[in-house]
Amino acid sequence: MSSVPRDGGEPAGGAGDGAGDGTAAGPGAVPEAIADAHRREWALVLAATARVAGDLDLAEECVQDAYAAALAAWTRQGVPRNPAAWLTTTARRRAIDALRRDRVLRAKLPLLIEPDPPVATSTPPAAGAGEEDDPIPDDRLRLIFTCCHPALAREAQVALTLRLVCGLTTVEIAQAFLVSEPTMAARVTRAKKKISAARIPYRVPGEAELPDRLDAVLTVVHLLYTTGHTAPGGPDLVRADLVERAIGLARMLHALMPDEREASGLLALILLTDARRATRADAGGRLLLLEEQDRSCWDREVIAEGAALVREALRGARPGRFAVQAAIAALHAEAPSYAETDWPQIAGLYDVLLGIWSSPVVALNRAVAVAMACGPAAGLAQIGELEADTRLAGYRYLPAAKADLLRRLGNQAEAAQAYRDALALTDNDAERDFLARRLTEVTGPPRD
Amino acid sequence: MAEYLILIAEDENAYAAATPDVYQQVMEAHMRFAEQVPEKGGKIVEGRALQPTSTATTIRGDVVTDGPFVETKEAIGGYYLIEARDLDHALEIGKLCPARFGCVEVRPIRVFN
Repeated sequence: MSSVPRDGGEPAGGAGDGAGDGTAAGPGAVPEAIADAHRREWALVLAATARVAGDLDLAEECVQDAYAAALAAWTRQGVPRNPAAWLTTTARRRAIDALRRDRVLRAKLPLLIEPDPPVATSTPPAAGAGEEDDPIPDDRLRLIFTCCHPALAREAQVALTLRLVCGLTTVEIAQAFLVSEPTMAARVTRAKKKISAARIPYRVPGEAELPDRLDAVLTVVHLLYTTGHTAPGGPDLVRADLVERAIGLARMLHALMPDEREASGLLALILLTDARRATRADAGGRLLLLEEQDRSCWDREVIAEGAALVREALRGARPGRFAVQAAIAALHAEAPSYAETDWPQIAGLYDVLLGIWSSPVVALNRAVAVAMACGPAAGLAQIGELEADTRLAGYRYLPAAKADLLRRLGNQAEAAQAYRDALALTDNDAERDFLARRLTEVTGPPRD
Repeated sequence: MAEYLILIAEDENAYAAATPDVYQQVMEAHMRFAEQVPEKGGKIVEGRALQPTSTATTIRGDVVTDGPFVETKEAIGGYYLIEARDLDHALEIGKLCPARFGCVEVRPIRVFN
């Protein structure tokens, strides 16, 4: 695309967003508007451009070019009222130009663009405002379902979603997942190649496949959230950038599929968990447990939004796993104190969750709730059973939970061993520091 | 429509130990598959079963050796070349392909132009 002049090809008056419509640009206003449009509109612009480009690589190039061209054009003409429409028109023109130039080169393995999706999306594009503009096709669902196709490995789904839906660079994704840049670049390239070579269709799956396919999409977004919520390694407990991306994606999915209860459930779960973010560590970065957190600092507005979404997600028979997890998070978020939490109901919800999602991690969480409802010994008995489950081998929260219950029972020696086991499995500095403090508590102060 | 190869990899020992009844069931399953593919809007271009890997001969460079190129518990025992709209369609068909002693792999056919 280097041969396309930077100043050529952006929409003129015809798009209704030319000079004169724009807002007067103060110093720094244009870069800020571009950064804002990148954060908010990238997925919409790329998804709509992919339809014209017929190729994800070309679409990405053209969208990057459009953002680059925006700097000069918006500085000159002012920021358009509808930045997404401006960017989409520009990117699509560039795509058409490139296709004309390289017809032969580009014709080999086109992205398989299916006719309109069977799932109706009534929500207008977030850009919304420019009524007289050509409507931007909202292909964001196609884009995310393609990125999270089950024929792609989970780590490739995550990488592609961050790259194509969130517009992150390969360097940023590599840093987030602690892999080298060439490794991440290879992962993204391989996945994109498979999409075109194996003809993974660019479409929203039909009704029959939708529940499974949506679950894969929601799982990717949830994985992004949990990776950000407790960073897998390094000095900080939380990676705010990943958390924000995951919230953005969950909001987008909920807005585009308002009738999908699990999409509501995931957004609720993330919001209710994230409402506690500010209180999860003290000023020095020290990890604070749920019972130590200052509940007056939890974000009540976010909790109210999450609780309303939980009610949406739980309506009807047979709620999904995200809805039930969100219901548990809501009970925590709305409890006046740790001791006054409705532990029996939480333990009951974990039973429901185990019925629809047989995961040893869920069983471990249930054991912790049972310990609160019926005493540490009851919880410890359940953890004992889980220790035989090979799927939990190496899962740091198993010895950590066991250590806590042993400590509560006054069994200092066994608690110490369990804390040591947990420490050996933990790379996050804030979590390590917490476990080390607890280990010192149960072994007594070091003697000299 | 695009072409995909459905490679059927199964445990050869399971077939060696199978009763005539089992063979009969497998044959019937494949006949049923041949009916289901057009019903699903796809097409079987070709489908063949292979002799077991004990009959395979490997040539590497110009060295000829007895046996398959890699010894595995599950070996390619047959294939279908199919036509399908896209990968989702090919996987829908692949899920119907009989492979009671193993699994199938779906690979797009490479097109040179």
